[in-house]
Amino acid sequence: MVMREYTDGNSAVVRGALAAGCDFFAGYPITPASGILMAMMRELPRTGGVAIQGEDEIASIGMCIGATLAGSRAMTATSGPGISLYSENIGLAVMGEVPLVIVDVQRLGPATGGATTVSQGDVQFVRWGTAGGYPIIALAPTNVVECFSFTARAFHLAERFRCPVFVLTDKALAMTLTTVDLDAYPSIEAVQRPTATVGAPYRYEPADAVSPLRLYGEGEVVRFTGSTHDESAFITKRPPTVGALNRHLAAKIDGHVDEIESVALDLEPGADTLLLGYGVTAGAVHQAVATTRADGDKLSSMIVHSLWPVPETSLTAALEGITRIVVPELNLGLYRREVERLAGTRTVLGVNRIDGELISAADILEVAA
Amino acid sequence: MTTTVIPLATYRNDSPYPFCPGCGHSTILDRLDEAMVMAQIDPTQVVIVSDIGCAGLSDQYFATNAFHGLHGRSVTYAGGIKLANPNLTVVVIMGDGGTGIGGTHLISAARRNIGITVLVLNNLNFGMTGGQHSTTTPEGALTSTTPEGNLETPLDICATVGVNGAAFTYRGTSFDDDLAKRIAEGIATPGFALLDIWELCTAYFVRTNRFSRRGIEQTMQELGFTPGVHHRRDVAEYADRYRAAHAGDAAKAPSGRRAIPTEFGSALRDPFTLVVAGSAGAKVRSAARLVGEAAIRSGLWVTQSDDYPVTVKSGHSVSTLVLSPEPVPLAGTAVPDALVVLSADGLAKARPMLAHMREGGAVLLVPGLGDVTTPARVEIVDLESGDVPIGKASRALATLAAAVKRLGLFPVEALRGAAGEGPFAERNLEAIDAGLRAFS
Repeated sequence: MVMREYTDGNSAVVRGALAAGCDFFAGYPITPASGILMAMMRELPRTGGVAIQGEDEIASIGMCIGATLAGSRAMTATSGPGISLYSENIGLAVMGEVPLVIVDVQRLGPATGGATTVSQGDVQFVRWGTAGGYPIIALAPTNVVECFSFTARAFHLAERFRCPVFVLTDKALAMTLTTVDLDAYPSIEAVQRPTATVGAPYRYEPADAVSPLRLYGEGEVVRFTGSTHDESAFITKRPPTVGALNRHLAAKIDGHVDEIESVALDLEPGADTLLLGYGVTAGAVHQAVATTRADGDKLSSMIVHSLWPVPETSLTAALEGITRIVVPELNLGLYRREVERLAGTRTVLGVNRIDGELISAADILEVAA
Repeated sequence: MTTTVIPLATYRNDSPYPFCPGCGHSTILDRLDEAMVMAQIDPTQVVIVSDIGCAGLSDQYFATNAFHGLHGRSVTYAGGIKLANPNLTVVVIMGDGGTGIGGTHLISAARRNIGITVLVLNNLNFGMTGGQHSTTTPEGALTSTTPEGNLETPLDICATVGVNGAAFTYRGTSFDDDLAKRIAEGIATPGFALLDIWELCTAYFVRTNRFSRRGIEQTMQELGFTPGVHHRRDVAEYADRYRAAHAGDAAKAPSGRRAIPTEFGSALRDPFTLVVAGSAGAKVRSAARLVGEAAIRSGLWVTQSDDYPVTVKSGHSVSTLVLSPEPVPLAGTAVPDALVVLSADGLAKARPMLAHMREGGAVLLVPGLGDVTTPARVEIVDLESGDVPIGKASRALATLAAAVKRLGLFPVEALRGAAGEGPFAERNLEAIDAGLRAFS
């Protein structure tokens, strides 16, 4: 007999994290991300880990950063208002090269906005949400199974590149109960962390290399810092060192986009229109494609799984033969600008809702038909 | 590769301090070094976490592990380190600035009694950024941002963390003969320890206030900020308490996956949208969830999105279930094929849907909600017509059981199957049976 379950994205994020080996969580209550905090408080101590409710979001991400350097695999989860408070520590995790998974369950903003209202308003915010403008990795699941597998992948990427990695969901994905075949979940390998017990904590040559993580209490003493630093984490203003450090922070990600890039393509030969969606809007994209093809018309689609860095190789390839791109988003066109940047002379149209309702296939076809 | 000698004769490295002539930082860091020598701790098991400002440079002069993070947040990193590896000795070095911007972290670390030792290098102003006033600047003191004298009351750091549970607090000065001993006592304390160490900022505060060692002593006296040990409590450390509290958790079953067998069938051929509209606190979502699970037991694919105001037990609670023979992704919702209204709150929220419903649709209402206008078929579900009274907590499920039977989407047995699990099984099954009797 087929066995299924009735579950939601927040639960799947938790299970994906546990499957990847997460053993530390700190978070502060906020709708619609609280389900992750509460589940982690139950699940982590059971498996020997630690989950704690911080006194605020700043403390929560701060404790995650500290815990990682003492040997944990850490995750935190919040929504837009909490990301605002994470901002400075996101920069610290970038500069300190601290692996960390950050889940942003998007709700309608700005400010308190709509606590129980779906949105995709943070797609540029997570990209540019800390000072300095360095590359950020962000994954956007489209369903419950991907909430599970992308969260696990975020842990792998965080270790691979020693940086914070975002998982971007939203109120609808996170809290809508959905039917899932138990067989649909992929098996997950626990994350392998490259570590060392001696040597400098940082390395800038070659610029794109990522040195293994040093941990407190394991081997020789080690230092970490959020200030501009040399390879031993001593503060420096020496231009050649500072330049090498900052180029390294960019090159380790920008030089390896092929390892991060992930999209789902459904290209139909002869189609001149491409629907490009991400996150929860992928559902309406799939429905619009099915409806169009059932009517005998041609339509292609691309779902972006790795929002940041922009999957430019896949996107450019998918644009061959396409004259028109339609980008449905639960914002006023925040990711559309990335598409426009690569679209050349093609027409780029948006389908946008910011009223707390999901985009429907009919909304898309009104523009794309 | 160097070999670690335990204990070290000094925990300092070879770098000379960078501080101004006469600044108290150098003396206090020397006392910390002596304290670590007294404590005879393995330097590889010590993490010095520094804050920002001149005090934030401190970690660079020790041969221990170190972390240099953001202003005011040093206590949070230290807490994470201690929670992850309770064997590490974690010492925070912050200035008085850090006690202001990171005040909530200090209070929370004290309340938890997380096992870290915080040294506040308290020179009564911001030195690195130009002598601005801080949380500890005495009233009337001149700083670059209080040219007419400070108007704010200075923070009593020891009292603040002490009243909130700190295991050890001490107030002293960089001139104290026993400072190293006091720091060692802080390090030896299992819970949260804080030392408020007053000192001279020769670049600013000394200059603008003609301040001196004697000034420190006088100011303490005037403020009633007595020197010495203020709190010494025998409390368990948080990371230890956490692990003890969860010692039995390994035996607990994971609460995640709940497998639902697809044991029944359904005649449904197209997606069907069922909206359940009631009041928050009336078990609308949990009743709708059982209907969803019952549909899954009948081989259908279900999504359930719940809408409610930010309040908890007031206002509406609306669950939208989409039941389909094929998987349906989340997307903009369609017009309901059936609408079950459980209360006036629910009707207020669902009313705009009524006019858009199809002629073949169904609206099922509890009695007393007044007239509704809709092309759909309207029926009243009167639970009071049954022989057994139905409790408030059971009414949503009882009404939905009646609706399931009337709509014929899947067998009522599937709903009994879904309801027959979990701690509320008995009550839920009674509710279902009562609903079916009332609406037979």
